[in-house]
Amino acid sequence: MSIKERLSGNEAVAYAIKQINPDVMPAFPITPSTEIPQLVANYIANGQIDTEFIPVESEHSAMSAAIGASAAGARALTATSSCGMALMWELLYVAASNRLPIALALVNRALTGPININCDHSDSMGAKDAGWIQIYAENNQEVYDNFLQAFRISEHKDVMLPIMVCQDGFITSHALANIELVEDERVKAFVGEYQPENFLLNEQMPMAVGPYAVSNYYMESHRAQVEAMENAKQVILDVAAEFEKISGRKYGFFESYRLDDADYAVVIIGSAAGTTKDAVDELREEGIKAGLLKLRVFRPFPADEIAEALKGKKAVAILDRSETFSTQGGPLTSEVCAALYKRGVNVRAFSYIYGLGGRDYTVEDAKEVYYTVKKATESGEQLSEPVYIGLRSREDD
Amino acid sequence: MANNKPTDISKITEKSPWQELTLGNQIYGPATSKLFNTGEWRTSTPKIDWEKCRQCLLCVPVCPDSSIPVKDSKRLDFDYDHCKGCGICVKACPFGALVMEHHI
Ligand code: SF4
Ligand code: SF4
Repeated sequence: MSIKERLSGNEAVAYAIKQINPDVMPAFPITPSTEIPQLVANYIANGQIDTEFIPVESEHSAMSAAIGASAAGARALTATSSCGMALMWELLYVAASNRLPIALALVNRALTGPININCDHSDSMGAKDAGWIQIYAENNQEVYDNFLQAFRISEHKDVMLPIMVCQDGFITSHALANIELVEDERVKAFVGEYQPENFLLNEQMPMAVGPYAVSNYYMESHRAQVEAMENAKQVILDVAAEFEKISGRKYGFFESYRLDDADYAVVIIGSAAGTTKDAVDELREEGIKAGLLKLRVFRPFPADEIAEALKGKKAVAILDRSETFSTQGGPLTSEVCAALYKRGVNVRAFSYIYGLGGRDYTVEDAKEVYYTVKKATESGEQLSEPVYIGLRSREDD
Repeated sequence: MANNKPTDISKITEKSPWQELTLGNQIYGPATSKLFNTGEWRTSTPKIDWEKCRQCLLCVPVCPDSSIPVKDSKRLDFDYDHCKGCGICVKACPFGALVMEHHI
């Protein structure tokens, strides 16, 4: 029987870490992810787990130590947010190219500047091209479930890539919610032990990690990383199917909410999906066929599946919680549009920006998106894109 | 299962397809750096004048590339497969037995 609890998103991740009892956790505190290493340190101090905690002097060191530990053969992880992740930047690429299955509990927060501690996705979206698997959560339950699945995906021999398990800063990280926990023994059996084929502490077989790759090797190395990402797609689905057996909860690349028969769809990542679902329900009452595609897996990007799910819609609004400053909208917009175009799916797609630096996104805002998109589609009117939700502008006067 | 097969790096060349590289370009097995002739990078070359050498061995520990072999307490000629030509040994020799030859 699963255990019913009330936990914040940070507490849920820390609890998952306790259940997994990983080998090494180097970490440096930063709002809003600080509670994760703090709670894990408590579990260690109380003798509940025997993870080696390394109180490093910076996030650059946290990721460096995780890389060293993982190369040595340990199951390693860390947690961070925002500028903390920015300071890890250089090492994110090293972890990926060295094919080390490190887990990173990322609590999404806006990157400075201007300085801001609230939620948006600029930190992880900035690192979308670093070679990490990225999985996002709508709520506390999902981030817990995603974390339990993380090492099974990253450590799979066909994958061997680091994984970022993301949740929305404060919105899910600090809000208490009902949650169902999986029993310890079931988690242990599900996650298993990390048994790397090669590791630095194997005295039978010394090894060199991270050698210099001249021009004749660099491109081939990257191609191999892409192949691992491609392989990760099937592994993510297989692990989700197995997880369903122990939890009863179903996961895939994305959740389709009233999407199949929808005329108008929103594509969104993270906690705002919950708000949008309420809007979808209200709009359905009004007779508008609204639907939602909540993306869970952003890396690898499930382009085929997204294009298939959005095929035949009258219009799609893609909502980004980070900027690219390309003047063409956010990263999700770019990638969804590319997925549609490359597969000949001719659906009108509107680009939206919302929630930057913790700006509210309400059910009313979500409904407005559907109304606007519907009107523009029916009238053929052009919108000034990206559309900014809740932005104050002189044009409003 | 721990791997017990060393990498045959003679099989990984600039002609290898991407599928044949090791995971993360890792190299398994001890002392594989011997097979990598860093001496190719050299633009200047240290030369020894055996007449002047007193076998004090001060040059040996300063070489960052372990390119001055020692046998029976005597240094031998340079290991030119690995000497990168940094010139540190030349500076360290108190007897003027070493000179750098610069080739452009
Ligand atoms: S030149 Fe430099 S690398 Fe070559 S033998 Fe002397 S110290 Fe060693
Ligand atoms: S430092 Fe000079 S004299 Fe001494 S062993 Fe080396 S080459 Fe010979």
